[in-house]
Amino acid sequence: MIECEGLTKQFGGLAAVDDVTFRCEPGTVTGFLGANGAGKTTTMRMLVGLSLPNAGRASVLDGQYRDLPNPARRVGILLDASAQHAGRRGREALAVSAQMIGVPEKRVDELLDMVGLDRSAGRKRIRQYSLGMRQRLGLAHALLGDPDVLILDEPANGLDPEGIRWMRELLRDFADRGGTVLLSSHLLSEVEAVADRFVIIGSGKIVAQGTHAELLPQTGTRVSAVDNDALAEALAAASLAGQPVDDGFVVEAEPEVVGRAALDGRVVLSRLGPAEGAGLEQLFFDLTTAAPNGDVPHARKPAVTNSKESVQ
Amino acid sequence: MSTVAQAAADPALRRPGLARLTFVELRKMVDTRAGMWLQITIVALSLLLAVITIFAGKEADHTLKEMLSGTIAPAQLLLPVVGILLVSSEWTQRTSVITFALVPHRSRIIVAKLLACVSLSLVALVVSIVIALIATAVAAPTVDDAWSFSLSALGQDTLGLAAVTVIGLAFGALLLASAPAIVLYFALPTAMAILGGLSFMEEPVKWINLAESASQLTDNVALSGSDWAHIATALIAWTAIPLAVGLWRITRDEIR
Repeated sequence: MIECEGLTKQFGGLAAVDDVTFRCEPGTVTGFLGANGAGKTTTMRMLVGLSLPNAGRASVLDGQYRDLPNPARRVGILLDASAQHAGRRGREALAVSAQMIGVPEKRVDELLDMVGLDRSAGRKRIRQYSLGMRQRLGLAHALLGDPDVLILDEPANGLDPEGIRWMRELLRDFADRGGTVLLSSHLLSEVEAVADRFVIIGSGKIVAQGTHAELLPQTGTRVSAVDNDALAEALAAASLAGQPVDDGFVVEAEPEVVGRAALDGRVVLSRLGPAEGAGLEQLFFDLTTAAPNGDVPHARKPAVTNSKESVQ
Repeated sequence: MSTVAQAAADPALRRPGLARLTFVELRKMVDTRAGMWLQITIVALSLLLAVITIFAGKEADHTLKEMLSGTIAPAQLLLPVVGILLVSSEWTQRTSVITFALVPHRSRIIVAKLLACVSLSLVALVVSIVIALIATAVAAPTVDDAWSFSLSALGQDTLGLAAVTVIGLAFGALLLASAPAIVLYFALPTAMAILGGLSFMEEPVKWINLAESASQLTDNVALSGSDWAHIATALIAWTAIPLAVGLWRITRDEIR
């Protein structure tokens, strides 16, 4: 479990992280989204005690991270895959940490295997590693202590599509076994497929959080017909208001109701389905590029928090 | 994944001990390319000095005492760099993010590094002594006291090597950057010489002349009471002050 409460960090009077509150429950993957410099990394650094908050509280596993006796055995961290000694061999970098946290060295080889770094890669010095290889090494490092919680900052950065897919499966499996995952990204597509919940941060403030459904409540039905004029008449006959969009309408009603209206009007439909609005991608973009004062364009303001009412 | 109940009972979840952390720091001294070559260079230079002394030295230079003051010199010169890099490379190579995430009580890491520096200097002393013993045996000097070696000389060598290594560590901790720390360390004797050259500064400089003090310790000569007073103040000044400031920085600063 990870908890942030009113977490605030100022650098030179400017708030890099401003009153951030969220929770990550065991068994879930939380996607921590925000543009570069939005405060994701600073928040994560405060969670693990590398940075001290000016206000608020960060807790991991019901206490402060620094109070865990051997934290790496409970919490796996990847904050910066490039933060490794360039002159150290990949395997050795893991082995040093393994010795430090009291993990048998055979686990190092198991993990190298698991993240897809072969023996020759393990012998290479980290300066020769590509960003993707560093990320894999960083993930192996996070998993070294067989932790209950994973805190990963931009772990997909530099991974190829196959690597991203592999990481998703790994994180899904980790959460399904009861683990808690917090992973950040500035690219929604990297986390959308794996995250159960999203926390979106912009200019240091949480601008939205919740599940996919909570963030993007159903906004009606998208319908198109071979003859859209006939469809408009059919909708009018059923007293449904249709909002014209490029090749059809968005109707504030369930698809079943719209389909029945079309049937009654004997209109051949070419498309009928839930309107997805602009999608999570657009929401993310609008939220994270909002005005610096934190105002969110009203039209797209989502149902914030995880209150049940917002689920439709 | 371990459950909470298992977690409480599992000894692996206990805090890593200082001995283990010290071994890790010793490992870090030699497991990088720079670290490995630094150690190899120290041993190679020591061997080279022994060979040169055997062939080029006079009979009087072939005694164990003289051999050791030669074979110990490379360690005395380069161990401070090992000490500097042990701290500063965590910042220049950014491994501090990992180190202090694994051990959030930062001062424990610095204590482990301090113990590792002292341990390494003892290993270096033993290696220097072994090389000197072999070299003396090979040169087989026929002078009196060829093999004599006092316990007090051994004590001075031990203190001398440990002190310079720890001072390196202190400089690294103070500046948290490899290049400035190394430059400062090696520029210091020159600065002291210039300062000491001013007639009115000659006496005060004696009390803080680090390079002079360190070489006096490993020269295997008997030291007077005033020598010891100068050495003590110089070593304490150049160890305690930078180490205290460095520790204050490290435990308070953001780790990035």
